[in-house]
Amino acid sequence: MRWCKTMKSTRVGIVGIGQSAFKSHRDDANYPELVREAVALALQDAGRGLADMQAVVYSLAPDALLGIGNAERLGVDAVGARNKRFMRINTGGSTGLSTVAAAHAHIAAGVCDVVLVAGGDKVGESGDSQAILNKIWDPTYERQLPLTTITMLAMSAVRAMHKHGMTEEDMARVTVKNRVHAALNPKAHLRKKVTIEEVFASRYLAWPIKLLDACPQSTGGCAMVLASERYIKENRLEAVWLTGLAHCSESYFIGDRMGNNYVADHADAHALRLSFERAYRMAGIKDPAKQVQAAELYAPFSNTEFHAIEAAGLAPLGQSMAMLRAGEFYLGAGTAVNPSGGTLCTNAIAVSAMVRVAEAALQVWGRAGAHQQPGARVAVASGNGGDHQFFGSAVLEA
Amino acid sequence: MELLTRKESWNIAYEHALGETASWFYVQIRDHAKLYGRRDPKSGRVLVPPRSFSDQTLEPTTEWVEVGPAGRIETFTIVYEQFKTLPPPPYAFGYVLLDRADTAIGGFFRGIDLSDPAQAAQTLKVGVRVNTRFAEKRTGDILDFWFELESK
Repeated sequence: MRWCKTMKSTRVGIVGIGQSAFKSHRDDANYPELVREAVALALQDAGRGLADMQAVVYSLAPDALLGIGNAERLGVDAVGARNKRFMRINTGGSTGLSTVAAAHAHIAAGVCDVVLVAGGDKVGESGDSQAILNKIWDPTYERQLPLTTITMLAMSAVRAMHKHGMTEEDMARVTVKNRVHAALNPKAHLRKKVTIEEVFASRYLAWPIKLLDACPQSTGGCAMVLASERYIKENRLEAVWLTGLAHCSESYFIGDRMGNNYVADHADAHALRLSFERAYRMAGIKDPAKQVQAAELYAPFSNTEFHAIEAAGLAPLGQSMAMLRAGEFYLGAGTAVNPSGGTLCTNAIAVSAMVRVAEAALQVWGRAGAHQQPGARVAVASGNGGDHQFFGSAVLEA
Repeated sequence: MELLTRKESWNIAYEHALGETASWFYVQIRDHAKLYGRRDPKSGRVLVPPRSFSDQTLEPTTEWVEVGPAGRIETFTIVYEQFKTLPPPPYAFGYVLLDRADTAIGGFFRGIDLSDPAQAAQTLKVGVRVNTRFAEKRTGDILDFWFELESK
């Protein structure tokens, strides 16, 4: 069965990027003002105005994280969508990548030439995102248990320890690396370098995940302008290209990713691997470990970066821990993983996966500043959403 | 300048219908302290918790199969942080593959000393055998039962 038609007919580029300097709170800006700030930065970067945008795809994860029901209603003016095609996308943590996919499809299908993607989040205002995220579980069988994104992914870590020999020290090494990277990225939320000892000294949230293995609750916005090759050439715009883009979903029940004769193991990210295989096929990437210089992989907890690296084809299954121990995945290595510091250092959930695409685009554009991977020509991005269910991946090329 | 904020809280009550399959499952727990799964006729797999259709073959399930009460730990976590609206820590919970089932069901692990995280994590390991314990007073809910180490 063919998974989808590969849309090679129309090349789609990113021509403008805007993102906030992420923080825990932004009392100087309410929600639409926060979104508008990112939109203004993206339009300025693209050298376009709101009037040029033919459609807007709006990036917004669960409403309760923000505390505003269907907040796209409020965001519509911040993105200048009156009289325009407008839609909201929500696939949880992968929302931002699904948003890019929807914009890409509009352009590749010839429906639009230039599309704005935008959103923002104020996760810090709820004060306890896990109380909200417990509500994503089925009220019939699972809500009664204290399932949250932390406990769900702590349970992935336990299986990875059992299956691949991952240790708490391996996990700490991810935090250490990503904080080194985030210290170079002025947009990142947590920018203080930490040591393995400091990670170990931080308190357990849900064993084996400690406070410093976990992402922050961030506030900020992100926006990008996507356009067709024709529009880019006609308007003589600078661009980087979305050459691969795919999604793949997993079934709902975590307990089905273990036991007997399962297809996906909750230790790993099976559907993310399939998503990457599809994106690489579309982009014509045969050997990602050799061809990809930078990877912005959605990983809100340190342990989940390992299965994301393996799903992206940047390490064989179960080998990424040893590669990080050997110094791989840092800026300057063959493939820099999360050179921005990643979701572990900044998580404004509605736009986290869009930031992955934006940061991958900045890498191949050569505009990542102090956290630029030297010589990056091909970069990848990913997003994970739901209860480890909805996965998106993108390939960006200069 | 002085920047103001406004407090808000959401507290919305729901009464969720559980459907025929989950209702029958919970009635067996409530009235007989027994656990059942549903067999997918196409793959032969027994789905626990029971579902009316298989998410893999997409076929309707056709048969009730009694499972457990013993089983093995497939994964777990031990929570040491207080999250709003969630139980006071520490507590351990995870997923157990009950005997004769093919998928794992979530539940709490009780009767384990959780004061030392490293030691508790050595006790609760993937593959460790557990038994199901049922509450004296059962309401027909997933919290009517929990798991304890089999040796106890």
